[in-house]
Amino acid sequence: MKKPNNLRDWLSQWDAGAFNFTDMSFRLPRAQKPEAYTDRAWERELLPEIEQKELRAYQRLYPVLAALLCTVIIVFLLLTVAALPAFGSDSVPTINEVTRRYLEHGLSETGAVNAVAGMILDYRAFDTLGESHVLFTAVAAVLVLLLSAKERPEPRALADITRADPILRATARVIVPAAILYGIYVIFNGHLGPGGGFSGGAVIGGALILYAIAFGFEKLEKVLNLRIYRIVVACALCFYSAAKCYSFYCGANHLETIFRTGTPGAIFSAGLILPLNIAVGIVVACTMYGFYSLFQRGRI
Amino acid sequence: MLQSLWNNRIQCAAVILFAIGFSTLLLNRNLIKKIIGLNIMDTAVFLFLTSIGYIRGRLAPIVSEGAATYSAYVNPIPAGLVLTGIVVSVSVTAVMLALTIRLYQRYHTLNLDEIYMQALREQEEHE
Repeated sequence: MKKPNNLRDWLSQWDAGAFNFTDMSFRLPRAQKPEAYTDRAWERELLPEIEQKELRAYQRLYPVLAALLCTVIIVFLLLTVAALPAFGSDSVPTINEVTRRYLEHGLSETGAVNAVAGMILDYRAFDTLGESHVLFTAVAAVLVLLLSAKERPEPRALADITRADPILRATARVIVPAAILYGIYVIFNGHLGPGGGFSGGAVIGGALILYAIAFGFEKLEKVLNLRIYRIVVACALCFYSAAKCYSFYCGANHLETIFRTGTPGAIFSAGLILPLNIAVGIVVACTMYGFYSLFQRGRI
Repeated sequence: MLQSLWNNRIQCAAVILFAIGFSTLLLNRNLIKKIIGLNIMDTAVFLFLTSIGYIRGRLAPIVSEGAATYSAYVNPIPAGLVLTGIVVSVSVTAVMLALTIRLYQRYHTLNLDEIYMQALREQEEHE
């Protein structure tokens, strides 16, 4: 099978099943696996007679038990759902004094028009710091796993195939700037309307991935390689921690902070929420692009 | 019983989606399919949480100066919890996929039974 050089060939090879999902590359099917096992061969070779029988019994019993377990779980969960208050009613126990406090005093205390942004980046900012660190740690774990691999995925990847495609390049040339601009808009309006660092960062990350698919990683590497990625993400996380430490310190000691709540609805208002949204957006965008790059070619 | 199930039909859909994901996780031996099952379970939990927060006839929690009473808006807390859930789900999926790639590179299969048997064999050879 020849290496596909346009999208149509690529799709037909997709149908033929030559596309390899594990390293996102095309690969000829191996003529012979290094250790070819037929279905039952390894059992006879490895296990004594009694254990073979036990294994067969287990393999026969396992699907039945699994289906039974699923049925039991779904019955119990449905019974619980039937006991819940009706969908959309206003007498649900989850609507308690916490919700009331967030909605009635959120605007004056945090300055955020968007109650969810005020909640996750002011009242519960520590939780959001944890979320950003979860993303950072996940990228670090994937980096360790894939960089230590002896058998690197070949650089001949999806990007090399689609880069030759003129339709994709023309579309990406129009869409990528618009998508990045839209992502920035969503981040900067996080305290004024629906949006925020997570959604805006995901939009920017998607735009970066589209750019990498259409024009290749080499061009993007000038502005975003592993060194820059590490500096940017570490700076964003450190800024988040430092700003929130300062805000907690001032709040606990009843001191004036330099971050004022300002006029609700203005773009520079709501104190720390806008800078924290920007930090979260940077982390999320870098994480999205980092995951794609790592799974595509084994490095950032 | 049936009436209250019909009233909570969105939560019922979430439960059924959860069961679909759980059975996919248990019944498939392919690691990628197991990861897909886990993701379906995540989605079911998000649907359940968001449906808990909804109150009929109320607005999204974008507080305007005029109507700062709490009875005008839906519950914002489940939205924040779903945000946390999505982040954790993405991270866990990425780590699981990376582990699957490493397993495939070593054993050239995605079938969990075959991986286990080959690992057993390697261990016996080692001893």
